Amino acid sequence: MKTFEADVVIIGGGSAGMAAAIEVKNAGLDALIIERDYELGGILLQCIHVGFGLHEFGEELTGPQYAQKFINQVNELEIPYLLDTMVIEFTPDKTVYAVNNKEGLIKVESKAIILAMGCRERTRGAINIPGFRPAGIFTAGQAQRFVNMEGYLPGKSLVILGSGDIGMIMARRLTWEGCEVKAVIEINPYVSGLIRNQVQCLEDFNIPLILGYTVTKIHGKEKIRGVTISKVDTNFDRIVGSDRFIECDALLLSVGLIPENELTLKAGAKLSSNNGPIVDNNLESTIEGVFACGNVLQVHDLVDMVTAEAKRAGEFAIEYINQRYGKEIKREKQIKCVPGENVGYIKPDLVNVLDLSKEIMFTLRVKYPDRRIQIQFRDKENNQLVYKRNKVYVIPSEMVEIKLNLKENQIDPGCQHLIIDVVPRPEVLIEEE
Amino acid sequence: MIYDVIIIGGGVIGCCIARTLSKYDLKIALLEKEADISMGTTKANSGVVHAGYAADRQYIKRHLSIHGNKLYTQAYRELNFPFQRIGSFVVAVEDSQIKDLEDERKKGIQDGVPNLELIFDKKRIKHMEPSLTDDVVAVLHAPTAGLVSPYELTFALAENAAMNGVKFFRSHEVVKIKHTDYTFSVRTLRDEFKCRNLINAAGLYAANISKMLGLDYFDIMPRKGEYILFDRNAMHLNKILFPIPTVVSKGILVCPTLHGNTFVGPNAQNITDTEDTSTTEAGLKEILEGAKKLVPNLPLRASIRNFAGLRAVPNTHDFIIDNTDVYGFINVAGILSPGLTSCFAIAEKVEEFLELLGVVMKVKEDYNPIRPRPERFKDLSKKELDKKIQEDASWGKIICRCEVIPEKEILDAIHAPVGARTVDGVKFRCRPGMGRCAGGFCRPRVIEILSRELNLSYEEVTKKGEDTNYLICHTKDLLLNEINKGEEAE
Ligand SMILES: Cc1cc2nc3c(=O)[nH]c(=O)nc-3n(C[C@H](O)[C@H](O)[C@H](O)COP(=O)(O)OP(=O)(O)OC[C@H]3O[C@@H](n4cnc5c(N)ncnc54)[C@H](O)[C@@H]3O)c2cc1C
Ligand SMILES: Cc1cc2nc3c(=O)[nH]c(=O)nc-3n(C[C@H](O)[C@H](O)[C@H](O)COP(=O)(O)OP(=O)(O)OC[C@H]3O[C@@H](n4cnc5c(N)ncnc54)[C@H](O)[C@@H]3O)c2cc1C
Repeated sequence: MKTFEADVVIIGGGSAGMAAAIEVKNAGLDALIIERDYELGGILLQCIHVGFGLHEFGEELTGPQYAQKFINQVNELEIPYLLDTMVIEFTPDKTVYAVNNKEGLIKVESKAIILAMGCRERTRGAINIPGFRPAGIFTAGQAQRFVNMEGYLPGKSLVILGSGDIGMIMARRLTWEGCEVKAVIEINPYVSGLIRNQVQCLEDFNIPLILGYTVTKIHGKEKIRGVTISKVDTNFDRIVGSDRFIECDALLLSVGLIPENELTLKAGAKLSSNNGPIVDNNLESTIEGVFACGNVLQVHDLVDMVTAEAKRAGEFAIEYINQRYGKEIKREKQIKCVPGENVGYIKPDLVNVLDLSKEIMFTLRVKYPDRRIQIQFRDKENNQLVYKRNKVYVIPSEMVEIKLNLKENQIDPGCQHLIIDVVPRPEVLIEEE
Repeated sequence: MIYDVIIIGGGVIGCCIARTLSKYDLKIALLEKEADISMGTTKANSGVVHAGYAADRQYIKRHLSIHGNKLYTQAYRELNFPFQRIGSFVVAVEDSQIKDLEDERKKGIQDGVPNLELIFDKKRIKHMEPSLTDDVVAVLHAPTAGLVSPYELTFALAENAAMNGVKFFRSHEVVKIKHTDYTFSVRTLRDEFKCRNLINAAGLYAANISKMLGLDYFDIMPRKGEYILFDRNAMHLNKILFPIPTVVSKGILVCPTLHGNTFVGPNAQNITDTEDTSTTEAGLKEILEGAKKLVPNLPLRASIRNFAGLRAVPNTHDFIIDNTDVYGFINVAGILSPGLTSCFAIAEKVEEFLELLGVVMKVKEDYNPIRPRPERFKDLSKKELDKKIQEDASWGKIICRCEVIPEKEILDAIHAPVGARTVDGVKFRCRPGMGRCAGGFCRPRVIEILSRELNLSYEEVTKKGEDTNYLICHTKDLLLNEINKGEEAE
């Protein structure tokens, strides 16, 4: 068994992992990135469209270009990384086990771990479409990999279920390839990806977007021949008589992404309802010294948000090593952040009372779109409004970021729970925004 | 070349017969219409090795399943397939149902089902199975009931049969049979085979095969059963849970699998199309409702797949295992549930029939009943793993991340006797793509490995044989075709 040592092990070499590692290295600590693919870059490598890096670099880059900028920095800083190496386990004492086909089993002893394993796509089973199980059903990301990285087409005439970003981007990509995208079918009455992609990927190419419908049957036993789509009611139940058959030779599923946390669970950390680890305002999981950032924590819309979050995770890991590592410092009292009205999830899940004087970045996603709303943080114990902010609109596809100093907001010392609601704005005569 | 025995059908029954006969000094072939064995009814069923008390006494299926259950013990030792006797509960939720359970118990014990016990103590019941509904009033506990992975059993049987000389021909659909001079000529879509004795184990198509020889004394109707599968770790069951059975089926069960998943199903729906393994909205609803009666808190959000299997239901409602009027032709038809349970007992019956037909059954000197356990990454300690990777680097290359499967296991699946040739073949042998991501991550890699190992182009790699290729052409091919067409027109 080969043994390594590092101050911080970063699991996953996508944009989150690289950004965190750079932060750690710049502080003079040893970082080690472990990546199971044969190159660094993560999901970015298959996103050959432009639209990355407007915030971070002030220019529009493709995914691989964006990734390359970070790969270059990793190389310049001589940050060590292991490729083709899959982490199979980590333990609360920060030992990481991985395998590859050169060194065999690898054991890394570290002081802190940063989780940056990204997410996976949801699949058909999770949404239980009845029918056959023929060839020709792909997740959108899988199709993206086949087309952009392997150079093969999954079909000639396609239906895309779900209006996630990857699905819409693939609709355009396949149209460019001479395929016919028959329709993008979305069960919600609104698009689940970014508006930008709806315009640039669907509307600009006259690809029909059918809202409020879902695929209710898959036809074809050997190879897919078509799908039945049906209108759904507000409970997502099929409306009888609304069935329509669409012929196709491939079906792409773009029904959402979900953080990938098998390893995290196995190590004994707790997850929250979005399947990301429960973290405090230092992005520290329920296991001391284990931090999380990027899509493994929550699915992000933009890579720049991932990068920013990862830098913070790097900073928190550095702070942990410099101030708390090896010392018996118990974690202080924590306030629980609880998703309330129209809030799918909120990160962080916990706020350390000691850190109340710091600026804290909250991120949340709403469950359904709404206009003219107010985001409210409420102290559950004394039912006081601690903080409120108005917004013109919210939609599930856009993560809401709120940077906030709670001390300024005079939180009561007895507060144990903060309830976060997104509610219609209370009627006021003069707009205060 | 004239075979002593040809078996039609590579389900669990055909493969079990093949393996059982492979110990004798006989020339044996097995013909299967699909691109792989085990892709018929054997692929999609409950995988329960029943204790055997459920069928009526008038049926041979009762007696074969009670005996068949016992034969699993030795077979498991020899063949190393996933199998575990975890025990089953038949659950009564009303006092009026207790009498049925008491009857079952008595008759079961008389017929040799070991250790059947009726339990009334609710605390004890809930201790044995905490997930069970609070409505339970009594359970019939059958400790010898077990779980088997039906396709892994079938692959093990086929591998061992092939090790002992049985020839397997896949993608060979039998379309015509002639019988002259005590010899059968069996025509498939690709070739012709000759044999002295012919065994029909064609599952849903057994009546068609029988009719090819003019024997039309039974019919087979498909009866569909649908399932929903839940993710590993979504819940944990200790026991196989059955409701009180009905006339058509043993009811909708809630059941763990040997890989840590849980499934619910099957329902029972008579249909006419023997190819219709589609699931239906109504069916999926029905099984969830049924299952909730046994386990109210199902992890609905963790469902990862639904599928359906077809029972081959004979109009006699019982197994048809016959030395027929055509000398040398044995029907093994209508093997509905509990066929999986009975497979070893059914194969013994076929042995007897062949002896009656005068076939010389001499055990080979070099017969080897042992099929080694496939080596699994998951079973290895860290130290063993390290050693393995040093010996063979493909142990260190993980292909499927949900199930943690290295390239080595996939290579073994492809290069085993009667090995995998399709993506489904790989998936059912060593599980890449069985996990919660349903192959999202590993499928491109499995396609790459199959293409490399079997010398196929990417477009030739299929899900499950002809017409099920994943990829249609290279990028730009469609555009180039358009352009070429345009130029030709000019
Ligand atoms: C298809 C798609 C299109 C997008 N389009 C845009 C866009 O147009 N503009 C934009 O700004 N953003 C876009 N995004 C969002 C953004 O690019 C991603 O959210 C971001 O790149 C995610 O980075 P990450 O590091 O968290 O995850 P990933 O890039 O997924 O990296 C995770 C890495 O961890 C590795 N890993 C996982 N498990 C293990 C393990 N056990 N051992 C070792 N390594 C492991 C993986 O191999 C992977 O390399 C898009 C995202 C996707 C999926
Ligand atoms: C929903 C359901 C649940 C069940 N649950 C259980 C259970 O829990 N326990 C239990 O003991 N049993 C159970 N069973 C029954 C069990 O699955 C079957 O008894 C068993 O799988 C039958 O195996 P077989 O080999 O006869 O059929 P199959 O697996 O269907 O094999 C027949 C093979 O013959 C091939 N074939 C057909 N026609 C031709 C041709 N012309 N030429 C060449 N090949 C041909 C087919 O392709 C197929 O591979 C269940 C069945 C179903 C449907």
